Amino acid sequence: MISTSNLSKVYNGNTVLNIETLDIPKGQSFGLVGNNGAGKTTYFSLLLDLIQPSSGHIVSNTIQVNKSEDWKPFTTAFIDESFLIGYLTPEEYFYFIGELRGQNRADVNKVLDRFEDLFHGEILNKKKYLRDLSKGNQKKVGIAAALIGQPEVIVLDEPFANLDPTTQIRLKAILKDLAQKQGVTILISSHDLLHVTDVCERIVVLHKGEIIKDLITNEATLKELEAHFANQSLG
Amino acid sequence: MMIKLFLGLEWKSFVRSASFGKSLGIKILLGFLAIYFMAVFLIMGIALFPALKKIFPDEDPFLMVNGFLFYWILGDLLMRFFFQKLPVMHVKPLLVLPIKRHKIVNYVLGKSVVSFFNFLPFFAIIPFGVTLILNDYPLYSVVFWMLALALTVFVINFFNFIVENYLAEKELSFLPMVLLVGLFFAMDYFDIVSFRAFVSKAYLTIYDQPYYNLVLVVVLMALYILNGKLLTEKLFLDSGLKSEIKEVRTSNLNWTKNFGGIAPFMQMDLKLIWRNKRSKSSVWIVLMGLLYGLFFYPNPRFQDLTSFYVFVGVFSTGIFLINFGQFIPAWDSSYYKLLMSQNIKYKQYLESKFTLMALSVVILFVLGIPYIYFGWKVLLAHFAAAIYNVGVNSHVILYGGSFNRKKIDLSQKAAFNYQGTGAVQWLIGIPLMLLPMGIFALFNALIGFEIASLVLIISGIVGIVFHEKLMQHITRRYLNSKYKMIDAFGQDN
Repeated sequence: MISTSNLSKVYNGNTVLNIETLDIPKGQSFGLVGNNGAGKTTYFSLLLDLIQPSSGHIVSNTIQVNKSEDWKPFTTAFIDESFLIGYLTPEEYFYFIGELRGQNRADVNKVLDRFEDLFHGEILNKKKYLRDLSKGNQKKVGIAAALIGQPEVIVLDEPFANLDPTTQIRLKAILKDLAQKQGVTILISSHDLLHVTDVCERIVVLHKGEIIKDLITNEATLKELEAHFANQSLG
Repeated sequence: MMIKLFLGLEWKSFVRSASFGKSLGIKILLGFLAIYFMAVFLIMGIALFPALKKIFPDEDPFLMVNGFLFYWILGDLLMRFFFQKLPVMHVKPLLVLPIKRHKIVNYVLGKSVVSFFNFLPFFAIIPFGVTLILNDYPLYSVVFWMLALALTVFVINFFNFIVENYLAEKELSFLPMVLLVGLFFAMDYFDIVSFRAFVSKAYLTIYDQPYYNLVLVVVLMALYILNGKLLTEKLFLDSGLKSEIKEVRTSNLNWTKNFGGIAPFMQMDLKLIWRNKRSKSSVWIVLMGLLYGLFFYPNPRFQDLTSFYVFVGVFSTGIFLINFGQFIPAWDSSYYKLLMSQNIKYKQYLESKFTLMALSVVILFVLGIPYIYFGWKVLLAHFAAAIYNVGVNSHVILYGGSFNRKKIDLSQKAAFNYQGTGAVQWLIGIPLMLLPMGIFALFNALIGFEIASLVLIISGIVGIVFHEKLMQHITRRYLNSKYKMIDAFGQDN
């Protein structure tokens, strides 16, 4: 589904990302972990064509993302609050995204139904603008919007940060379901090793822009990752 | 010590801001303006006494100046209300640090004293006082009279902040202030209450009995304390620092559905305009622009200057276009990444902005039809100007937008804010207005009024005919600068 080759990003002579090859098959739930500055957000930004690669390219579903815009119909993302439109209410925002993706209101409502208990009655029909919601609730809106429009690729940067425990658990269930039953390719990044091993079939560890581990998740993965990061802080 | 620290913070926030180069340019421009005003006041201060003496040889210049003080106070109050804002600093990170709240408040208030508005009057007061002394007015009295004026400057300074504190958040906040000042002026002008005489008397009393200065000192202290109290109240996260949350009224804007694929964008643009302070102020400016012709047309002097009709026409039908258009795509800067990763066609996004601008021109032209009262030529010129606006200016301004690299913070208010609706923005409007005026003037002089209007109309129609081609070209420009825009809009300041 997504194949990366010879991808690098250099800022003022500083290489922040350098991935020789990385292939993510369709329907995989893929986790990206690494300390701050490892290049997680940079990779996602390159995947969404928000920044230009210094070399190499990413091909998503046979479309090279920095050459054609045709990846947009099947890709959704929530990276940070700059993906929200502050002066809209949550409903207006969802319907706006829905409209851009050719979904009518009923389609959008169907997606939102899954989030009903996750929203906890604090988001819909509250007559509030997005800019006036709390950070956690803003994040819920952003993630929910990323599921609108039957995407084939979903990119979520740090989806679990800032969320309350209940929401984290529910969100994990939703994401797992999407990957397993509906064949959606999900890319998430996280600092939380427990969550990421829980949700993702495969985990890649980035360090200073390079892939240093590529693991298929099993019972031992969490221990291995913990050992890896514990040692890294020493050395 | 603390002050040094605060000043250091502010210097860094100024120098390290992403748009340092640009804001530096504006600061230099403002610097020149400041020097200009200082020079004007200085010359006024020096020349006032001899000039008055010369023009009114029978009157005492000092008494005349006292009689004028009432207007000075009113004018100063009004100027400050529009242009002087309480200096702000990013106070939130400081709240949890071991800094006493009253220190922050005192610093902010103290800093307001260092305002240019407080220095400016002294450029006139001091030389005028010196000339008084040189002309054998009693030294002692003059010095205390000058002190009284100095105190007045600071009283106005702090009074203004209290007024702003109550009015600034309201819609059309300037109306009560303008009405109040107007009322004072009118009551005086029509001799209902002679404030002028009263103010004059007050300062002359201080001149005779300097200890009355104490009254001003007490007023000043009271205002300072009141300001301090108001500010301290605001220094809590749940009051002043947090913006008020109003309940939202939503409208469905279903009529935009007639525009097909661009409908979602148009709905969003309309909401953008209506729900943000910055953009909402441009709606009021539209009203102003619509009435702009009334400044010119009743005046018989402009009756023969037909080129001016075109100027007014471009301005009054295109004011929204100029005002809104020049900040495309910066209006959407805070969520630009979203738009760029969504399933949208750039062309539709731009097309929506174009449609909105074209619609505004049509609506403003229709609303301006009563101008026919000033002659059919006026209406024809407006019509030509409107067509030109739709066909040429709209494309030009969209093209110009692709060079836009400055983020707009929608939640900020527009008052004297160069980002949104300062004086600077009119600079862009000048070529948009002068070019059609020039074309028109040329053909008007060579051939005649009707042909000149026709030339404008035809150039507008050419623009409309080639709309698709032009939009393709413009869209390509935007696509080419996509990464630069995303990067620039991602930065604060």
